[in-house]
Amino acid sequence: MNIFQILIEWGPYLLGGAAITLGLVASALAIGFIFGLPLALGQVYGSAPIRAIIAAYVWFFRGLPILVLLFLFYFGIFPVIGIDLPAFFVGALVLGMRGAAYQSQIFRGAIQSIPQGQMTAALSLGMTPWMAIKSIILPQSLRLSLPGWSNEYPEILTDSAVCYAIGVVELLTRTSQVVSQTYMTMPVYMAAAVMFILLNYAGMWLIQRVEQKIAIPGFGIKAV
Amino acid sequence: MDPTLFLTQILVPALWQGLIVTVELVALTAPFGLLLGIGIALGRQYGGKGLSSACAGYIIFFKGCPLILLLFMLYFGLPSIGITLPAFTAAVLGFILCNAAYNSEYIRGAILSIKDGQITAAQALGMTRWQTIESIVLPQAIRRAVPGLSNEFIYLIKYSSLAYMITVIELSGEAKIVATKYFMYSEAFLAVGIVYLALVTLTTYAVHLLEKKTAIPGMSQ
Repeated sequence: MNIFQILIEWGPYLLGGAAITLGLVASALAIGFIFGLPLALGQVYGSAPIRAIIAAYVWFFRGLPILVLLFLFYFGIFPVIGIDLPAFFVGALVLGMRGAAYQSQIFRGAIQSIPQGQMTAALSLGMTPWMAIKSIILPQSLRLSLPGWSNEYPEILTDSAVCYAIGVVELLTRTSQVVSQTYMTMPVYMAAAVMFILLNYAGMWLIQRVEQKIAIPGFGIKAV
Repeated sequence: MDPTLFLTQILVPALWQGLIVTVELVALTAPFGLLLGIGIALGRQYGGKGLSSACAGYIIFFKGCPLILLLFMLYFGLPSIGITLPAFTAAVLGFILCNAAYNSEYIRGAILSIKDGQITAAQALGMTRWQTIESIVLPQAIRRAVPGLSNEFIYLIKYSSLAYMITVIELSGEAKIVATKYFMYSEAFLAVGIVYLALVTLTTYAVHLLEKKTAIPGMSQ
């Protein structure tokens, strides 16, 4: 069999793996956003103990390799506390929880880049702090954070392949299966690499489109 | 098993063994990753059309391809075309290739931040192209790239754990073996996590000192 026959035969299977990888990455990004934004708000506006707890969370998740985090939660913490999830969800959760640590720092930088006077002005207009955050600070800082945030995507995409180690059947796992079925080692690995690179570019293109879409004329979106 | 005994007799010696391998991996990768990174940044920036696009292609490939897949290619893939590398060599090679791709981006960014006027001035003084790059551009660019490069070094410590996936038994590999053998998953992985946190925190601190040391007074970032 030559490589073209193999790609015709196994291509759809690999593409399915790419779709699973994309699902894994999208879930991780969403989880990271949902947890990352409150973490950032807590770190800027929270009391001292809250800030310390969040700083510890960020330190922990940013200091550990993704492989160790996956092992720790999949084999260690989750079974011990009685959470029995399929590998895919553990992978998405761990990537997401670590992503939250990174994303919180991106959002924090963006929130802190809004001049303090705006908060004071909002409060003096009779807004509650929460109203000011929701309608003055966040609409601006979320836009400002998008360039930094877009770096999260390629990072999580390449790290998602490590979920292979806990048995998530994503693109890399399927690639290994195809390799052991066909013995066409290098061509199949290269095909997978090309898929990862294309996923990378497609995602970045999409993020750029969003960035253009939500830009406000005159309000410069610049790197934070 | 007695927890104290488990800790002192089994876990700590195993992690110590692993730590040595991890440090070896990182120490062998970092200098070559830096040199190759500088080479690629220079090729991308100052090379002819062919070299420049080759360097751009290199960056696209090695930044886009997951490191674990790259390690699989080097360790499981290369033997099929007649090149068999020991696992440790394959891991170091993979780390260098990946590390260099990211380093080159930091260095290129720093090169771009050097003002054009300096190059014109150097040429006006009669310097050759290479002299200008070597003694005007690079010394400044590398200093400016230090924060990015040191960040990448910290990443390297963390992704060196992927060597375990191609059978190099380093820190996380030792932890996995102990965890599986004694059925102590949380304990072993938390312990290895503490070692990584210590490594990363110490390195971050050391890197801060280095950044202060390499800073030139008056040359703002």
